[in-house]
Amino acid sequence: MTRTVRISNDALALACGADHVAAAFAAAGCVVERVSSWGMHWLEPLAEIAGEGFGPLTADDVAAVLAGTSALGIGAIAAHPFIARQQRFTFARAGQTRPLSLDDYAAHGGWAGLDAARRIGPDGVIGEVTRSGLRGRGGAGFPAGIKWTTVAKAPAARKYVVCNADEGDSATFADRMVMEGDPFGLIEGMAIAAHAVGAQMGYIYVRSEYPHAIATLRGALDLAAPIIAPFRIEVRVGAGSYVCGEETALLNSLEGRRGEVRAKPPLPAIEGLFGQPTVVNNVLTLAAVPWIMAHGSAAYAAVGYGRSRGTMPIQLAGNVRYGGLFEAGFGMTLGELVMEIGGGTASGRPVHAVQVGGPLGAYHTPADFHLPFDYESFAAADGLIGHAGITVFDDSADMSAQARFAMQFCAVESCGKCTPCRIGSTRGVEVIDRIRARSGRGADPVESLPQMHNARKGGRSLAEDITLLEDLCETMKFGSLCALGGFTPYPVLSALRNFPQDFGLPAAAAAE
Amino acid sequence: MKMAPDSDIDDILTEHAGREGALLPILHDIQARFGHVGEAVIPTIAQALNISRAEVHGVISFYHDFHTTPPRLPVIKLCRAESCQARGVEALAAAFADETRVSIEPVYCLGLCSVGPNAWVGDQLYARLTPERLAALVEQVA
Ligand SMILES: Cc1cc2nc3c(=O)[nH]c(=O)nc-3n(C[C@H](O)[C@H](O)[C@H](O)COP(=O)(O)O)c2cc1C
Ligand code: FES
Repeated sequence: MTRTVRISNDALALACGADHVAAAFAAAGCVVERVSSWGMHWLEPLAEIAGEGFGPLTADDVAAVLAGTSALGIGAIAAHPFIARQQRFTFARAGQTRPLSLDDYAAHGGWAGLDAARRIGPDGVIGEVTRSGLRGRGGAGFPAGIKWTTVAKAPAARKYVVCNADEGDSATFADRMVMEGDPFGLIEGMAIAAHAVGAQMGYIYVRSEYPHAIATLRGALDLAAPIIAPFRIEVRVGAGSYVCGEETALLNSLEGRRGEVRAKPPLPAIEGLFGQPTVVNNVLTLAAVPWIMAHGSAAYAAVGYGRSRGTMPIQLAGNVRYGGLFEAGFGMTLGELVMEIGGGTASGRPVHAVQVGGPLGAYHTPADFHLPFDYESFAAADGLIGHAGITVFDDSADMSAQARFAMQFCAVESCGKCTPCRIGSTRGVEVIDRIRARSGRGADPVESLPQMHNARKGGRSLAEDITLLEDLCETMKFGSLCALGGFTPYPVLSALRNFPQDFGLPAAAAAE
Repeated sequence: MKMAPDSDIDDILTEHAGREGALLPILHDIQARFGHVGEAVIPTIAQALNISRAEVHGVISFYHDFHTTPPRLPVIKLCRAESCQARGVEALAAAFADETRVSIEPVYCLGLCSVGPNAWVGDQLYARLTPERLAALVEQVA
């Protein structure tokens, strides 16, 4: 009897050597099906045979797996605690379908949302999305229903749906997993959005660092074109710019310009791509919509915490034992996610810091492990959940180095349009360097000139440099045009407040 | 420096004629075909899109991906973003700081943040890098 073996072909599985393992199974006479990833990344490459999982495998392990003597078995995949504890709406098909099989997609509930949307009409769709409480998953958490209403009401002959697939945040890969593993789900979500607001054309703006996602999406769009017609979707590829994830920079980039941020208003919903009303939504926002349409807004809104309704695909990354994709209703605590689900650090050392929300998110200590994972709770704790990426650090991390990196990243990626972000970030790197070197600072040649009456001639102490850094962060926070400069103070100030000893300050200074 | 027969550039421009916001797709195609976007093609692109040369130059210089000269050495892109930092990429990068046969360039996140440190070479991705595995990769591309 030939056995069927399922192995993911998503970028992460490939990077971990899935092709070699697949080839070894094929050479042993098995039928190999390349499917999406279950999201248990520490087990990749993971092979599934009749529901049982084996991983992480190398080609050398294949013989033992087939002989039934492998020690790498994890039992039934669906019953594994990492999977069983999840509530998978957006990732309901993960691990179970071949990404480019229309048959698999339809057999696992595909297109039911679009069918429902066409039945109830644009107003009905917007009503459902609004009642579901779905908020934008790209970071800001803006209600999707309100955005769609604005676009639907804007009078224009031409409208667009733009999918933000720039996913630049470290610790995030859920967008990538949707695009590579379930591309029709995203396409269906965009088609529903287009139906709701009256758009003719859609773009998916994918970062260039995701070549596999780009290829899979293009393949899927060829197959799905007749199903979503007359709506059309085109994939556009970014060019290595983080700030192009900001929606107005993204629109400029799509128009073939430098990815500079635009001042708002006008909102993209009123004057977006090529000046036309445009829905800009994150991949996860759009990919959540088919489930909502197929199962009803009430079922979606029934899950969640406070004003954060539904589920969030949370990404566990960095120095974490069980890293991967964990979709759950909002409201689990940070501690549950990091310690119970993630199993603490991969290195086995104590958890020192946890960054939530990517490069613009705050560094938390285990003292914040009680925080429920939801937009408002994190905002109240001077943090943010962003795109729900969690990076775990062990006690070998130097948080002043992380603060410096945050400023440096902002300097490298600033679009240059506003001064606090463009200049402030570079000055921030310099101040943090001085703090790290405990060097203080004397007057420079210009400041030493007799004409410079107001410039200080003496050195600056460590405490004065800390105050300067705080002032600088204040300026960036309130003076920047977008959240790149505006939120870089989150990782910087949280590192300073929560880990003062890493800046050469006594631990007590933390309290403030 | 003449980087390509004009007819190749013309083919690419014709392919994208009439496309909305065609500049980035055009630049990607030129770079994919010639390895870089030479200064010499800027006037041709500007004319085809009816924009100024300054605008084309401005776009090329804005994006990290585009370069105006061919790469001197084979490139390994090593992810230096936070999750890979948490998994030790800075020590790894420091160990290869003196490598002269390949250019190890930073990239900020490859979306493999649970299995870093990670690298990207051509169309291949490499996860769970150790000093030994990165050394092997250097040998392979050098
Ligand atoms: C510097 C910066 C980078 C951003 N990067 C992304 C990104 O990669 N993906 C994304 O969906 N949103 C990103 N955003 C948020 C977008 O501006 C915008 O809020 C989002 O695309 C709206 O979609 P949503 O409502 O579905 O979240 C970024 C914002 C900023 C300021
Ligand atoms: S941080 Fe390195 S792959 Fe994401």
